[in-house]
Amino acid sequence: MTTTAPARSRATRAPSPRRARGIRGNETRAGWLFTLPAILIIGAFLVIPILLALWVSVSNWNGLGSPLSNTDFVGAENYANIAADDGLAARDFGVAIRNNLYYVLLVVPLQTALSLFLAVQVNRRVLRGRGFFRTAFYFPSVTSSIAITVVFLFLFSASGAINQILGVLSVDGPNWFNDPRGVIHLILGAFGVGDPGSSALAGPLAITWWQWIAGPSVAMCALITLAIFTTSGTFMLLFLAGLQNIGAEIDEAALMDGAGAFRKFFSITLPMLRPTLFTVLTLGLIGSWQVFDQIYLTGAGAPGKTLLTPAFLAYQTSFEGLNWGEGAAIAFILFAIIVVLTLLQRVLLRERTPRSDRRRRAGVPPVNPNDGGTASGVARLNAGPRGGAL
Amino acid sequence: MRNSTARTARRLGAVALATGCAVALAGCAGGGGGGGGEGGDALTLLIGSSGDAETAAVTEAATAWAEENDTEVEVVAASDLTQQLGQGFSGNNPPDLFYMSWDQFQTYASNRYLEPYATELDDADAFYPALQDAFTYDDEFYCAPKDFSTLGLVIDTDAWAAAGLTDADIPTDWEGLTAAATALTADGRVGLAMGPEYARVGVFMNQAGGSILNDDGTEVTADSPENLEGLEYLQSLLEAGVLQFPANLDAGWSGEAFGQGKAAMVIEGPWINGALENDFPDRNYRIAELPEGPGGASTFTFSNCWGIPAGSETADQAESLVEYLTSDDQQLAFSDAFGVIPSTESGAAEYATQYPENEPFVAGNDYAVSPVAFAGAADVVTEFNSQIESLATANASDLLASLQSDLEAALEEAQG
Repeated sequence: MTTTAPARSRATRAPSPRRARGIRGNETRAGWLFTLPAILIIGAFLVIPILLALWVSVSNWNGLGSPLSNTDFVGAENYANIAADDGLAARDFGVAIRNNLYYVLLVVPLQTALSLFLAVQVNRRVLRGRGFFRTAFYFPSVTSSIAITVVFLFLFSASGAINQILGVLSVDGPNWFNDPRGVIHLILGAFGVGDPGSSALAGPLAITWWQWIAGPSVAMCALITLAIFTTSGTFMLLFLAGLQNIGAEIDEAALMDGAGAFRKFFSITLPMLRPTLFTVLTLGLIGSWQVFDQIYLTGAGAPGKTLLTPAFLAYQTSFEGLNWGEGAAIAFILFAIIVVLTLLQRVLLRERTPRSDRRRRAGVPPVNPNDGGTASGVARLNAGPRGGAL
Repeated sequence: MRNSTARTARRLGAVALATGCAVALAGCAGGGGGGGGEGGDALTLLIGSSGDAETAAVTEAATAWAEENDTEVEVVAASDLTQQLGQGFSGNNPPDLFYMSWDQFQTYASNRYLEPYATELDDADAFYPALQDAFTYDDEFYCAPKDFSTLGLVIDTDAWAAAGLTDADIPTDWEGLTAAATALTADGRVGLAMGPEYARVGVFMNQAGGSILNDDGTEVTADSPENLEGLEYLQSLLEAGVLQFPANLDAGWSGEAFGQGKAAMVIEGPWINGALENDFPDRNYRIAELPEGPGGASTFTFSNCWGIPAGSETADQAESLVEYLTSDDQQLAFSDAFGVIPSTESGAAEYATQYPENEPFVAGNDYAVSPVAFAGAADVVTEFNSQIESLATANASDLLASLQSDLEAALEEAQG
């Protein structure tokens, strides 16, 4: 696609037929030819299925044969059933959104902080055996999530290793993966605030405010630990690439200016890692809204539906309830949530240095280290892992 | 420099293309496994197998039929039957014959996935009436029941003797069950265990005289004093600590808790025989009928049927295979191989004489009912199950009230 644009614009700017037929005259056709395989593959495996799913989400397809034949358009009915109703489907969706919201709120900041911490530690020149630690931290990321989930199921079973360790410390551990109680509910319960029962205030998405503030269930906390454990290695690698692009001279300059370790980290390292931070947060956000395999393995949302997530609910609604329209609608709402949150995060992480911007536009060379060659170098570095990971 | 970049790019392109092809092929292979063959006369049989024994027995029977009829049958053991069936149907390539479970049947029938062939079978009347009902949609008997299972009370005989109980103490009513469970709860062992789900708890609601639907299935009757009595009885057992759910015993299901000696009695079906034989061969046990409640005797019957996709071109052949597979001789061979009970009355009677230890399961079928399973009920039951997990602390009447309103909504939708 990119090759065609300049060729066409040159042709329109210079209408002389002789020049258009010059040695570059056939570039348009060649460009299309070279991009054709990609267009065909992306079209057949990505664009058409997405459009078909969009159609299914506004139709009453029953799963028999092609969705294009003997299927009627039902408008937004499927969307209304899950998002603007108070039936079971809407309650399930509300619960799934709540569960996943708490999951994202805990996983994304914690995994980002942990991976940044690990990257900074591994990047220290004085650390012996850096290669070993790098490999060790990265290891969970390359292991199959199914295998790790099974290991966690054993670790967190009622008489598993975690509870044995807690037992040594005289703590009576919970029955992790079978405990549907919400953490915030437990804390409130400790202060004597109990379930208001049927008098609870109705909240959005057909579940009550009392259910909204439940917090992640004890079972979900185990899954949150699992997610942080497995993904922090991957993101550590991204941060490490970013860190290694920060020149030693900048560190030295900071040192000369009398910055301590903390000052250097927050005033130099972190701002220079902003593009990496954006990548990590975006990937983390997308990944944690789509959590599926752990849910599939831990028992389809059990205990008490506190592990139900929209991604799993879409699968269950489609394949078990044969409600293909509603399943597709859930998937598209999830898609919308992810897009909106990513855009929001982009706005929040925008570089807010208006003064240096103006100066740059006026041709004044930038004095801010957070700019120019280094920043674009970091961005370039990021383009690699970002493209690969997506 | 430019040359090497171009070469790298070309090489990368080739790798990408190869990966793409490999992924595409893998996708097709996966779909083929889930779907079925359409070429030639070969039939594809998709089963949700309980293990190697079942797969081998079904394969053997199907091969024998295929040789007789000069054709071929491929038996595919599904890793996730529901998912693979859904994929097969939506891809317009369903298997020619498949296991259809009782809880999914109504959903499939109401979506016109199934061929209603069962009335045309020669021996359609030989099946238990309760099983015929389970696979009837809109007054039409759709598919032939493959076999059935009922729930019984499985008793650890060593624990029973150790607690000083005798044959006379085998519970026949709720008081007896409470007494036995209390006597058996000792030494880190709980008296009674069962899964926290409607398919177990519902039995007690029925034994109290309750029901989920009225007789002709037009009205939801979940929120009734009888159902409440059943739930409150279980709550009293939970409160006394003589009933535990398997998760609290660190077991995946109650059969596992039973095998590990953490529960002295469990409510399970005939499948527990195979599980205990494989994993806990040293456990001594016997089967009893479930005790009667204040509303009489009741248990659940579960069954799979042989489903044939609607409008299938191979339906005639598949029907002939079903007739072969549901004949008394063949069903008894399956009983021998993996412990299921024949779905015909004559076959089940023969089974009870051959395996007297399992006779209570067969006897139970005389008064057994099928769990509620109309299209859309499965989601409601899942919701109910998730609430039963915390039955010990829950308010039973709130539980039934929400079950009532959810089922009413689902029933209204199912009846269109």
